[in-house]
Amino acid sequence: MDWSRILVNVAGEIFAPTTAAYALAAIGLNVHFGLTGLLNMGQAGFMLLGAYGFAISTIAGWPLWAAVLVAIACAAAFGLLLGIPTLKLRGDYLAIVTIAAAEIVRLVGRSTALTELTGASSGLRGNSYKDTFQDASPFPDGTFALGPFEYSMNASNSWWVRIVGWAVVALACLLIWLLIRSPWGRVLKGIREDEDAVRSLGKNVYSYKMQALVLGGVIGAVAGIIYVLPRAVQPDSMGRPMTFFIWTILLLGGAATVFGPVLGSIIFWVSLMLIKSVMRAGVPESVMRTEQIEQFGWIIVGVTLMLLVIFRPQGILGDKKELAIDVR
Amino acid sequence: MRRVATRDRSTAGVPAALGVLLLAVLFLLAVPGTARAAVAGCVADAATGCINGTIRTADQQPAVGVVLDVEGPGGSTQATTDAEGRWTAAVTEAGEYTVTLDETTLPAGESLRDPAQNPRTVTVALGSSTGALFPLGAPADAGGGSDEDPDAAPDPESTAPADSAGEVGAPVGSSDTGSFSWGRLAQQASSGLVFGVLLALASVGLSLIYGTTGLSNFAHGEQVTLGAIVAYLAVQSFGLPLLVAGVVAVVVGAASGWLQDAGIWHPLRKRRVGTTQQMIVTIGLSMALQYTYQFFFGGGALRIVTTTPTMVTLGPVRISATSLWSLLIAAVVLAGVAYFLLGTRVGRATRAVSDNPALAAASGITVERVVRLVWVLGAALAALGGVLMGLYLNATSWNMGGALLLLMFAAVTLGGLGQAFGALAGSIVIGLVVEMSNLVIPSDMRYAGALLILILVLLLRPQGILGRAERIG
Repeated sequence: MDWSRILVNVAGEIFAPTTAAYALAAIGLNVHFGLTGLLNMGQAGFMLLGAYGFAISTIAGWPLWAAVLVAIACAAAFGLLLGIPTLKLRGDYLAIVTIAAAEIVRLVGRSTALTELTGASSGLRGNSYKDTFQDASPFPDGTFALGPFEYSMNASNSWWVRIVGWAVVALACLLIWLLIRSPWGRVLKGIREDEDAVRSLGKNVYSYKMQALVLGGVIGAVAGIIYVLPRAVQPDSMGRPMTFFIWTILLLGGAATVFGPVLGSIIFWVSLMLIKSVMRAGVPESVMRTEQIEQFGWIIVGVTLMLLVIFRPQGILGDKKELAIDVR
Repeated sequence: MRRVATRDRSTAGVPAALGVLLLAVLFLLAVPGTARAAVAGCVADAATGCINGTIRTADQQPAVGVVLDVEGPGGSTQATTDAEGRWTAAVTEAGEYTVTLDETTLPAGESLRDPAQNPRTVTVALGSSTGALFPLGAPADAGGGSDEDPDAAPDPESTAPADSAGEVGAPVGSSDTGSFSWGRLAQQASSGLVFGVLLALASVGLSLIYGTTGLSNFAHGEQVTLGAIVAYLAVQSFGLPLLVAGVVAVVVGAASGWLQDAGIWHPLRKRRVGTTQQMIVTIGLSMALQYTYQFFFGGGALRIVTTTPTMVTLGPVRISATSLWSLLIAAVVLAGVAYFLLGTRVGRATRAVSDNPALAAASGITVERVVRLVWVLGAALAALGGVLMGLYLNATSWNMGGALLLLMFAAVTLGGLGQAFGALAGSIVIGLVVEMSNLVIPSDMRYAGALLILILVLLLRPQGILGRAERIG
């Protein structure tokens, strides 16, 4: 077993672009669930819309900033559309509607009727929309090695994506930190704890919930852009399992905390990578085939989610008193 | 016990919301102006001939999304290759057909090995399948390689696994091409009816469980898959006759329902874990079960029965004999469930628990025993639904239940959450919508149409068709 290679791979996950993207998506979900108590089960839909918005407008020749704005606008509009019918209903309705809406986005995106636009189920190739982002990099081309970690400077799975991704995560954390302390954030928390009490104080609960839904969705859309920059836009890889991973990450790190989503994402991907690489190296092919190891990893994720929710719903950083997951 | 729902507080803003959503619907419906038929199972019989083929790239990977035009005496249709690179086109008249491959839809870097063979002509006879092959690769005189960017390949280490393709197989006899006609309408309506009744088997359990415990069970789809997979194992590995396999599947399903409630949900209710928390637990369970199925049975299609179904013609409608039997079995079972709920003591107790668990407990009903029974019944019905659905769709797979889950939720919400008969009515409506939306939107979007209905129902009548207004908040 080649331990040093495994360790480098596992440590690489700590700052991988995927980890950053999931951390950011979980931060968005934290605004929904951790702060406001909204059960959004369609975060992957926001991400996929953001990814499509960014990729399609870039392919159409729009500059980087405009493409990002398109992604944000798509997610905001999607949030408004979802919020209007459901925010007045009980929590689990929002869950069903968001999961259904995310599926609609995926099914429409992968439909052959839109092949010219979305590339149907094979998706959009990474090279078709990466140029504007890579051209924005101030670094020279080539590869760069920091200790054992060697990645290309600008192309695809690069240092540039990592730097931008984690900078955005840091900004989002700062935003959440400021929001939690602001009067606006206190109203959101009040809605989470007791909606009727907040309403009796004369606050427009519906409008606050809508703002939270849109804000979290927009953060999700930016996460979607970061997620697809090192790869391709594949609708089928951004379906329900992705939402469930984001939930696992949020509940693992701790909902309603600032750094919970980031910590959760790092632990999630590092341990998944560790389990899979050790099993790949240590378990003979006759006991478990390579793709079975992959599935074994996801089974562990599912069981982890169950155990977390039952035994430690506040996660690693959370405060049990602050977080009561329940229907409202 | 179940908490009482808070009331809907305001209806202001609904008209505006409706307007926005309608626009969204119109957008969704307007987009596919260039509707293309997706791959459907084409079954050759006395009135149908099939043209099919598999397109692979130079390195033998399936070429997905390649579009082929088929033209001939029976009109012209289009086919697109699916995830395995297969394509099928059904034609209704014998004769010479021209098959044209649209080279712009080939995967990047791929080209036809022999461009002179495109378009090619094939002779189709009714009642048989004809192959039309388009080998890809470098032309014989040039050693061109593929220009795929190695970076474009997602790193396998950190990619989320591919989700369900959205649907599993296609129902036998579902016509998939051509324009509107009354015959096609009848065909799709009958397919929808069958699909809806089979869906009802699964959704009634989901609805009963929600009614008695307040739990939205996201792992119910996996009970459906379980039934189908047990039947597959019984038929294909143990060689049991289909009928026996179905009974085995239902028994295993019932046992799994008992085990689940005894092992997970009863202890959680005792710990007073909230229903939302339990709902997230069901999500974890659904994920664990789905990948467990994939772990043991792989990602491909599992065909419970491998023989070609016999088709029956009833007036304008062609339907497979298996579907007819399934419809009959499902109708009898659903009638049995209705009698159980309305006519027996236990059934009345179930409905009482569903209405008000606290009051039911106070009047001497053992609520936990009723809930256990509901889990067993719900899981058994789901397993039966899974077997029949696996036969109807021609194949099952590890994610069949997951793909159907949201349709079940749509059906249950449409009928009114927690209303067993509402679930039945809702399922039939959803079944009809799924199959008949083929007439106006491309068939690979048909599940999206049903989910849109779910959202519209919540907007206009959140208590569902049969629900009472105060049930929901």
